[in-house]
Amino acid sequence: MVDNFDASKPIYKQIADQFYWKIIRGDLQAGDKLPSVRDTAVAFRVNPNTVSRTYNEMERANVVETKRGLGTFVTEKQDVLNDLKGKKMRQQIEQFVTEMEAMGYTAAEMVNGLKNHLGKERGEND
Amino acid sequence: MIELNQVGKRYLAKTALHDITLTLPQGGITGLIGENGSGKSTLLKILAGLVKPSTGTVFINEKKTERQIAADVAYLSELDTFYSFYKVKDMVDFQASQFPDFSRKRADDMLTFMKLDPNSKIKVLSKGNRGRLKIVLALAREAPVILMDEPLSGLDPMVRDSIVTSLISFVDVEKQTVLITTHEVNEMEPIFDRVVAIREGRLLGIADAEKIRGEQGMRVVDWLKEQYQL
Repeated sequence: MVDNFDASKPIYKQIADQFYWKIIRGDLQAGDKLPSVRDTAVAFRVNPNTVSRTYNEMERANVVETKRGLGTFVTEKQDVLNDLKGKKMRQQIEQFVTEMEAMGYTAAEMVNGLKNHLGKERGEND
Repeated sequence: MIELNQVGKRYLAKTALHDITLTLPQGGITGLIGENGSGKSTLLKILAGLVKPSTGTVFINEKKTERQIAADVAYLSELDTFYSFYKVKDMVDFQASQFPDFSRKRADDMLTFMKLDPNSKIKVLSKGNRGRLKIVLALAREAPVILMDEPLSGLDPMVRDSIVTSLISFVDVEKQTVLITTHEVNEMEPIFDRVVAIREGRLLGIADAEKIRGEQGMRVVDWLKEQYQL
């Protein structure tokens, strides 16, 4: 079961990442209600205390809001959601660039490589 | 809260526990891990008031542990201790008659979740279903402290899975203090708040499971190996 998680990162952060992913994709939209802590714990097969930490962390990041007695909801503040989207993209790009640089690729090669790849993926030949 | 102060246990020629001093806060799930014969079960029995320590003191919620501590502590033994002529529901009735904190509603919910038929005779239950019934009887108590000795041991993956899920679903981790001994460290790791490592009756270490992963970048099982090598 622990195989579902990266052993070197706290589980509460990995679950937060999965929620962020769903929000960015639009599977969870502004104002949507998150499952209860217990239901999320069962779904991920982790301790409910871990999920509470996830929800607290997302709340500190202003991405979700807890309404007393009602549950936890994705924020309706569009600027926060846009920030989240931008931040995740920068993280992915940083990781890609760091690895490419470590292998010795130049900036031009990376840009060309990306253009080529995106072109092929979309079936464009021009 | 569980407080052990310089607890030791000697059996005739063998010392099972040496000078264990340990405090566990209220709430959360703690894994007690270590190799066979390390003293895990003895420690659990002392907490359950089933074994008297040779030295030291043990308090659970400020009460000294003795046989009467069973009112505060739900203990799940490694062994099967059912009357084989009972039906599942008789066993539930018996447990309810013994413990005022037994919740029939939780027991019914758990029997449904575990797909156990209240009218089955215990002697015809499979080993896996007997394992499930034991979990129902222990977790249906709203006891402040729950002690489980090797709840997954010898059971197949389906049964182990249903037991782990029932721990997540039915334990109130904010209020109930749960201590579980296990060999299945990888399987149980995601449900532990913290782990305690023991070896040859001595306490090696205690750590927050998320900190082991986050600060040391290790799995709990690797942490345990490291504790054993120190």
